[in-house]
Amino acid sequence: MTMSTVDRMRWPPLPRRQPRPRAPALLAIRAPISRRATTVLVMLSVVAPVAVWVALGSSGAVDPRFLPSPGAVASAGWEMARSGQLAADAWASVRRVLVGFGLAVAVSVPLGIVMGSFQAGRAALEPVSGLLRYLPAAAFTPLLLIWLGIDEPPKVALIFIGTVFFNMLMTADAVRQVPGALIDVSYTLGARRNEVLRKVIVPHALPGMIDAVRVNAAAAWNLVVVAELVNSEQGLGKRILLSQRFTQTDRIFATLVVIAAIGVATDVLLRLLRDRTGRWVP
Amino acid sequence: MMLELVGVGKTFRRRGGPVHALDGVDLRVDKGAFVCVVGASGSGKSTLLALIAGLARPSTGEVRLDGRPVAGPGPERGLVFQADTVYPWRTVERNVSFGLELLPIPPSDLACRVTWYLDETGLTGLRHALPRQLSGGQRQRVAIARALACEPEVLLLDEPFGALDVQTKEDMQLLLRRIWRDTGTTVLMVTHDVEEAVFLGERVVVLASHPGRIAADLQVDLPSDRDLHAKRDPAFLALRARVEDLVRQYHRT
Repeated sequence: MTMSTVDRMRWPPLPRRQPRPRAPALLAIRAPISRRATTVLVMLSVVAPVAVWVALGSSGAVDPRFLPSPGAVASAGWEMARSGQLAADAWASVRRVLVGFGLAVAVSVPLGIVMGSFQAGRAALEPVSGLLRYLPAAAFTPLLLIWLGIDEPPKVALIFIGTVFFNMLMTADAVRQVPGALIDVSYTLGARRNEVLRKVIVPHALPGMIDAVRVNAAAAWNLVVVAELVNSEQGLGKRILLSQRFTQTDRIFATLVVIAAIGVATDVLLRLLRDRTGRWVP
Repeated sequence: MMLELVGVGKTFRRRGGPVHALDGVDLRVDKGAFVCVVGASGSGKSTLLALIAGLARPSTGEVRLDGRPVAGPGPERGLVFQADTVYPWRTVERNVSFGLELLPIPPSDLACRVTWYLDETGLTGLRHALPRQLSGGQRQRVAIARALACEPEVLLLDEPFGALDVQTKEDMQLLLRRIWRDTGTTVLMVTHDVEEAVFLGERVVVLASHPGRIAADLQVDLPSDRDLHAKRDPAFLALRARVEDLVRQYHRT
């Protein structure tokens, strides 16, 4: 006791750091910024790249065959839309995603719930799915072509393989977030195992499960383009490949814009759904 | 109705060797009683309630309700935890109705019961609110009303007011006393707050720690009609001091 007091007396005083002037709101961590600043930054992030694109196109510094002007892209898009080709391609791609990712969700959600709720489910499913998700789905393309032919099945299967394991693991994570006390208390209120699953675990995990679907829907949308690059009659990915053959960069750009638009629309829809089901989240 | 613990012990296997949470606990709780169990941390208070609730199984001995051994959790032994076990996606009234929805009763009967328990716990005005819109005390009232709606033979409370500020806690204590007298339900409450235990209980059981076992079992001889002034009564203060000494005496870390 006395010793430590003596020692403390010999310590040099702790140096004090000079206070820094407060950073402006824009640079302070987690500080709220004004509505105007938000609007300006959002506009900048959208407008600036487009402005660079226009400037490069009109300056003549870049060959328009490499970088078509926004006007050229718009007219190429309009032409593709008028011939009905764009709609046919978009629908072909969307249908593949709906089937492939739809199957993946239908399989992964129940398995994810089992994995997150039962130790046995976790032991049986987690090592396998944790390993398989690291195999790049695109690397399966040759195998799928050998196994399933060249028609729709290999494309749908590619989307399925590329999303099912991720969605399963993320669903299981959402299920594991359900507090144990909430499950315990449900049993003391007379709920049976199936009722706990149906009336406690699923409702609590639902917003998290929709979040998982949202993330993996983006992956599915990427995969469909990859799948179509290999072998297909129609689809947005196929359109890009064909356009490349004739150096129609304006058509490639127009197709990319459509891919982005459908992707963003899906994301917004799923986010709305999540916000609706997750209104209770504290 | 009688709740009975006979030679109840609970041992957890841990990496550093077995931990004896409870050892040789004998306890009888008669129908309609209000019993408070106090003890410092490590006295196995929560384990005791988990065993009675049927969420865990005793390593030795037996828990009996009306002579029948407890085999698992059930609505005849309602449980309220310290905090945040209300269903966050359900409104107040849908929380209270959870246990009733599992039973084959007509909707009008269900609605009638829910209304009564909402009124009893002062939640009528909040029946359509979501838990995130409530204060901590209001959420605990939801949890109590939800357990009571199942008409438990014994209501088990695990430090139910431990996370509340002092003023809210005292309101809740008065509410709990009133509910106990209105419904006639048996209450077994675990707390580390000696004042709360003496104020609420008709009987106070003191647990010793490491391993948890019963150190003392005292009758509270205070009028059953208690308001907050009772906490300044000399008889109350004397009993409180006695229990505090016991808790300290039997607390080993």
